Amino acid sequence: MINFQYSRASSVAEALRLVTNNPSARFIAGGTNLVDLMKADVERPPALIDISRLPLNKVEESPEGRLRIGALVCNSDLAYHPLVERRYPVLSSALLAGASQQLRNMASVGGNLLQRTRCAYFYDVATPCNKREAGSGCSALEGLNRVSAILGTSDHCIAVHPSDMCVALAVLEAKIQAIGPRGERAIAFADFHRLPEDNPERDNNLEADELVTGIELPRRGFETHYTYLKIRDRLSYAFALVSVAVGLELKDGKIREARFALGGVAHKPWRNLHAEAALSGQPANEGTFARAADLVLREAKGFTHNTFKIDLARRAIIRALSQAAYGTPQLQSNKKIA
Amino acid sequence: MISDDGSSEHPTHMGIGSVDQVRASGGAAGQVSLAITVNGIRHMLLLDPRSTLLDMLREHLDLTGTKKGCDHGQCGACTVLIDGRGVLSCLTLAVTKDGASIITIEGLAKDGVLHPLQQAFVDHDAFQCGYCTPGQICSAVGLIAEGRAKTADEIRELMSGNICRCGAYPNIVAAIQQVMEQA
Repeated sequence: MINFQYSRASSVAEALRLVTNNPSARFIAGGTNLVDLMKADVERPPALIDISRLPLNKVEESPEGRLRIGALVCNSDLAYHPLVERRYPVLSSALLAGASQQLRNMASVGGNLLQRTRCAYFYDVATPCNKREAGSGCSALEGLNRVSAILGTSDHCIAVHPSDMCVALAVLEAKIQAIGPRGERAIAFADFHRLPEDNPERDNNLEADELVTGIELPRRGFETHYTYLKIRDRLSYAFALVSVAVGLELKDGKIREARFALGGVAHKPWRNLHAEAALSGQPANEGTFARAADLVLREAKGFTHNTFKIDLARRAIIRALSQAAYGTPQLQSNKKIA
Repeated sequence: MISDDGSSEHPTHMGIGSVDQVRASGGAAGQVSLAITVNGIRHMLLLDPRSTLLDMLREHLDLTGTKKGCDHGQCGACTVLIDGRGVLSCLTLAVTKDGASIITIEGLAKDGVLHPLQQAFVDHDAFQCGYCTPGQICSAVGLIAEGRAKTADEIRELMSGNICRCGAYPNIVAAIQQVMEQA
């Protein structure tokens, strides 16, 4: 780890002033991803601005029924928050599927959003990586790519976004609230994270001098028909090979509205609005779900070691849509897949 | 003590309200000051800002019960308790915990009597080499305080951030269940 200048912000305004004065500085909250990357010399910030004591740690319901989640609420507090458990159970489930209890106790919601999209080569400073060093090449394309992306890849990067929380937020159509020297703005969840394209060094569309202050959830939480299904190499504490978050609205056995997003398959949580629209008005059965899965995966492309993910994703989508339709969401403690 | 920017500070002048001092001494090559309570004892320290909480405990306070396993947040051997909850000291920069109160494995026994979880680990032979045990016990203390686990499946899930390469998992779960039944 290279040395850095440390300062602690006592207000949002001070945090913004500090980062404006030093645009190479990085904000630190829980630090679970940043400190690890600094130890590996992947991240080398000359200065850290500690935002962990800013008053951004509340979960509040707006008069219109929206939920505002402060950026510094830790992952475990959000997962166990009574309003989240009751109204947005897919978010609670996804949070509890991620990391370990210690990491959930440390990691902030804002940090979960901003954790790096990454792969083993991103961590290995002895190898080329376009995300770490623009233009140096992608080692995963011809290397070990078993966990790499199958959707939305580019010739420059095939890393996946590892968050579970973000897959649920994609389904919930959350908004990211950010503040910077040009004022406040709300960013639709679908527009927050980026595909790698020609600039894999950028994971998201937040500017370096902007601070995430919170997340806003719309009123609708799919509290009856939902699931978060995570398929991974170990039963716990492992990144997803494929995960699926689902929210459905059913009426008389037919689908009124369907949303589903995939994790572990792309540079960002992956939604396909055409596949969702194709579910609308259809009977909630396996044939319908298989057609939706095929629509999503029509554009999937495997690499040397990860073509298995295409079939795994297809089965996981069908299983997750079934779990949601039957009202039998995946439990995160009993790992039997119902 | 002379810091690299030439200013002079003495440890006795540092306290919890030391944010300004942190800034004053936080030059690129400078040290940072912090006041931190560990197992009920308050310490005032000048540290390299890169020091993790784990290295602070082991190298500066000689509290070597907290173990360094992977040093990357993957094994749980470094777990300590802050506000009663398990956190990874290897991924925590010490300076960010200025003013905090930490409990380590050394702080669990009271007056020579083992903490119920320490006793339960002995009763159930819940370790072999013992290297992961301080982290396992701290995580288990947090788990019981949080009250989220009731079944063995839930204990296993919430303890999954603590790796035991000797494979004492069944006995670890039994030890935790013993204490949960006593509570």
